[in-house]
Amino acid sequence: MIKVENLSKKYPDKNALDDISVTFPAEETTAIVGPSGSGKSTLLHSLNLLERPTSGRLIVDELDLNLDKTLTKAQVLDVRKHFGMVFQEKALFTHLTVLKNLTEGPTKVKKISQDQALEKAHALLKQFNMEELANRYPYQLSGGQQQRVAILRALAMEPQYLLLDEPTSALDPELEAQVLRVLRELAQKETSMIIVTHNMAFAQQVADKIVFIDNGHVGYDGKTEDFFHSTDPRIKQFLGAMTF
Amino acid sequence: MTDFIDLAIKYLPRLLVAAFQYTLPLTAISFFFGIIFAIMTALIRVAKAPQNEWADAALKILKGVAATYVWFFRSTPMLVQLFIVFYGLPNAHIALFQSAWVSAITVFSLNTGAYASESIRAAISSVSEVQKQAAESLGMTTTQVYLYVVLPQAARISIPPLSNSLISLLKDTSLASVITIVEMFYLSQQIAATNYKVLSMYILVAMVYALFTSILSIGQHYLEKYTSRFAQ
Repeated sequence: MIKVENLSKKYPDKNALDDISVTFPAEETTAIVGPSGSGKSTLLHSLNLLERPTSGRLIVDELDLNLDKTLTKAQVLDVRKHFGMVFQEKALFTHLTVLKNLTEGPTKVKKISQDQALEKAHALLKQFNMEELANRYPYQLSGGQQQRVAILRALAMEPQYLLLDEPTSALDPELEAQVLRVLRELAQKETSMIIVTHNMAFAQQVADKIVFIDNGHVGYDGKTEDFFHSTDPRIKQFLGAMTF
Repeated sequence: MTDFIDLAIKYLPRLLVAAFQYTLPLTAISFFFGIIFAIMTALIRVAKAPQNEWADAALKILKGVAATYVWFFRSTPMLVQLFIVFYGLPNAHIALFQSAWVSAITVFSLNTGAYASESIRAAISSVSEVQKQAAESLGMTTTQVYLYVVLPQAARISIPPLSNSLISLLKDTSLASVITIVEMFYLSQQIAATNYKVLSMYILVAMVYALFTSILSIGQHYLEKYTSRFAQ
């Protein structure tokens, strides 16, 4: 389980997150939704400390960090061991083939042997029907293929939690569907996922829980079903704006 | 024309021996150290301040030293730098630089390092932030991020400007003649002084330089082609 308490992220010109407290259960899919610029991605990036919060407390399974203090490099790396992350776009290592993208983390970070890493990578590619992409470079892949490989790269590290930052926002609907199918499959296997998304239909279908971030504050934190039937005027306004 | 061919047949072997004995080793050794200086300087200049007061202060000092180094070597002629090191420093009782080889390699390396550091710095800065974040998200340390993700990508971008630096360096080694190293150009001067075929000798030596720089250009072409396999 991941828990953030009184988390704040202040920039000189604005407070991206203001005193946020949320829990992300293990083996569930949590969707973080909200208007553009509300702080969704900042919250997601704060969980694996790619973004350093200004203050608050972060609990990731056995780790309990006081974010008011400067964290050591070892603490940061300990937190990151728990997470795999998928970015909006263009995050595959451009100088490596798909196979090398999948083995780079396990061999360099987890120090497992090249043979073991390759075996695991091939197994993942086979599981998601992407074996034919193994020796291609990222520029030779479509946007959808790139994002699916990015998901596998994160999974190759066998993380406890998978963080996804609007993984389909740069894709056209057909390619988006390819990526969403993979995520749906992972959700069905009770993979712990936290996903920032603008796709409300997908969130409604796949997420067990919704966290609605509005202007740096938590506007809703609860069951998916209740969110979509909420009578809260702000949520109704948001959902209204997200549908045609 | 026949005279020139006769002259080439007679003196080309001696010029080539001088090239392999002096010009090419000076170029290779200086470029090797130059690239090391360049990478170190570029990494210092792109480094971000850590969340630690002492480390932050140390980094500021290092950045100042790196910027001053680049400024000095880019804003003064290499000939003057050679004179300062070979004639000036021994005069200040720094005996190491009494050796013409040490002086030449020091100046050529530092000079190449200053110019190449700017090329490498630009290449490092052009690697997108999300590539670094992706590497960090896998749990890589800062050193690993640079070693396995940033520098390999920056290397490809750096090939054209670094090739320029290497070609310039090969030609600039002719300046070593002013500090008593009998490299290829100095040898051609000595031969011209004895056979009075001044124009022909200098054209001949120019052709040898052009031959070596052309080989480097062809190497650059193939290196670019090889590394472009992972980019559009």
